[in-house]
Amino acid sequence: MQKDDLFKEMAQSITDGEAEKAAELAKLAVAEGIDPLEAINQGFVAGVNFVGDQFSCGMMFLPELVMAGEAMKAAVAVLEPELAKRGKERKMLGKVVLCTVEGDIHEIGKTLVGTMLSATGFQVFDMGVDVPVMKIVEKAREVNADIVAMSALLTTTMVHQKDVIEALEDTGMRDKVKVMVGGAPVTQEWVKQIGADGYSEDAIGAARVAKQLLGV
Amino acid sequence: MSGKIKSITNPKLGLDILTPEEIRRIHTASLDVIETTGIRFPSKRALDIWEAHGAQVDRSSSIVKVPGQIIEEALEMAPPTYNLAARNPEQDLPLDGNHVYLGTDGCGVEVLDIHSGKRRMSAWQDVADIARVGDALEEIAFHWVAVSAQDYPAKTRGLNELRAIWENSTKHAQTESIYNPWEAQAAVEMATAIAGGKEALRKRPVLSIMQCTAPPLGQDGGSVEAALIGAEAGLPVGFMTMAACLTTGPATMAGTLVVGNAEVISATALIQLAYPGAPVFYAAAQTASDLRTGAYTGGGPEDFLFGAAQNKLSDFYNIPLSMGSFATGAKEPNWHAGVENSLSTFMASVVMSDMLLGVGLLHGSRIWSYAQMLMDCEIFSIIHKMMQGIVVDDETLALDVIKNVGPGGNFLSQRHTLKHMREIFLPQYMDRRPYNEWEQKGDDGRNWALDKARNILSSHQPEPLESALSIELKKIIASVETK
Repeated sequence: MQKDDLFKEMAQSITDGEAEKAAELAKLAVAEGIDPLEAINQGFVAGVNFVGDQFSCGMMFLPELVMAGEAMKAAVAVLEPELAKRGKERKMLGKVVLCTVEGDIHEIGKTLVGTMLSATGFQVFDMGVDVPVMKIVEKAREVNADIVAMSALLTTTMVHQKDVIEALEDTGMRDKVKVMVGGAPVTQEWVKQIGADGYSEDAIGAARVAKQLLGV
Repeated sequence: MSGKIKSITNPKLGLDILTPEEIRRIHTASLDVIETTGIRFPSKRALDIWEAHGAQVDRSSSIVKVPGQIIEEALEMAPPTYNLAARNPEQDLPLDGNHVYLGTDGCGVEVLDIHSGKRRMSAWQDVADIARVGDALEEIAFHWVAVSAQDYPAKTRGLNELRAIWENSTKHAQTESIYNPWEAQAAVEMATAIAGGKEALRKRPVLSIMQCTAPPLGQDGGSVEAALIGAEAGLPVGFMTMAACLTTGPATMAGTLVVGNAEVISATALIQLAYPGAPVFYAAAQTASDLRTGAYTGGGPEDFLFGAAQNKLSDFYNIPLSMGSFATGAKEPNWHAGVENSLSTFMASVVMSDMLLGVGLLHGSRIWSYAQMLMDCEIFSIIHKMMQGIVVDDETLALDVIKNVGPGGNFLSQRHTLKHMREIFLPQYMDRRPYNEWEQKGDDGRNWALDKARNILSSHQPEPLESALSIELKKIIASVETK
């Protein structure tokens, strides 16, 4: 297959949300000795951009965005070892530590935010649900996070978003990370009150906010 | 002033939204999911109960797989009818399948201030004020915790919210804001104090507890344990699914009904296995997520259809239903709110859902509006009138009167007219004034609704809770603080 045709197929696999197909094409690229960075940026990313544009003008919907994100993840997973082998690194927009706070098991919104952030080009460390304050802080230190993003669905667990910000202050890390909060009860006033840096009511907005916060 | 409660009863309207065969298929599919895929119950106590009753329990994932027969037999133990009790026994609510009662929505986090109109964070006084306005309104039969008392620490917030309701209203309280066993224990103690003893509470439960499931196919451990404690004390408990098409349920409505139903009946069966015959109710507020954002919508045709379908399911299981209607996604009391709250509430009412949730909140149950509360009550009143249908008999056919007036006359001065005119609905918040008067004054139903709420808040004095009881409630809450 011609390289250009392969890139087109790669983009198409993302547009169609075909994770298996995307992984196969990534393997083919590796087998043919194509530069993995080129495969990502000229092949798969073109698909991501197309889906993004279609979404923006109302022709595609959230499930298509999520499936494109998952297909992208599958392709990158195949190409990453090859990148490492060649001593190259995919340029990411930033590192995000993501979780639902302690006492709260509601994960759908958080997971959706993770998918959108990954698809946008962030490296996401999803810690899951019910994550204690200090675990979040430790993880942020360990991976040298640019953003800590926390979700909560209950007003009684939402208070832990504040606890995490205080813990980041106590450990001298607050000025190194941006803090994003989300979840149904979170409002602009709450964001102000606890001194968080950003918030969004939905996952697509969250990716936009993350980019703004890091100026990327 | 307080006392009478308006409910929909003896309906003349009905709706066949699902055939018996379709309901059976949804039921069978739900049992299939519970038995083969399983439901997550992240609670040691719940898992122990399941194991003791023959379910297959995976301790590492907290997923239980339950044979359909166990679920069916457990559900059969649930009482089909019972009463929700109130501080004022005249306001007790029989959940007998022949009444539709209206409550407030919950649990919001902001309030459009009744005086300034400005949006601000909700606090304890708001819970109290809303309860007081609800106490005065005949349309309001029971209270949910309408907004969160965010000026109280998380640990005692849910309990102080209950105290706010009981100190300001004689009507039944149904809390949706108790999330763990020790909170539930304290709530039971508070209800026991109000009812006048454990046995009295069992006979007249002045409190019921609504818990949310964790879709898809999961439960919140703390909530399940809280429900078990409520059930042990004889408080009616219910589980609400909010599984939504697209995100926490399949894109298709039937599939989302299966997901939600599996969550609700598995949790309800657990309560019956632990406390056979405990009063339980089905609760649901299903909707379709927004196609663009995946966000909760609180409206749309799918939402309205779910509103009617879920009562058919709870009827199938022969237990009462607490149904999410109203709860518009609109940001202010406007066209969007009017359409959504009217249609969702009509659909939930026409099938005789026992409890309707609820009036007053905007933006997907986040922002409280007193104007919306009063206008929602009017929507309920309109539907209340519609549900009476058209009565056809000698008196209503009015043949004598028609013949008496004859061609070209009018019916205004007929005794028959005088006798029946008050059956005709007169809206409070719809503008039927002449055009020029509207143009001159520039106000509308929203202003009148807000005025009414202000009047009630400044003039209505609910029958006070004995001060000894109030002190007792505070004492119980204080004991939690120190734990």
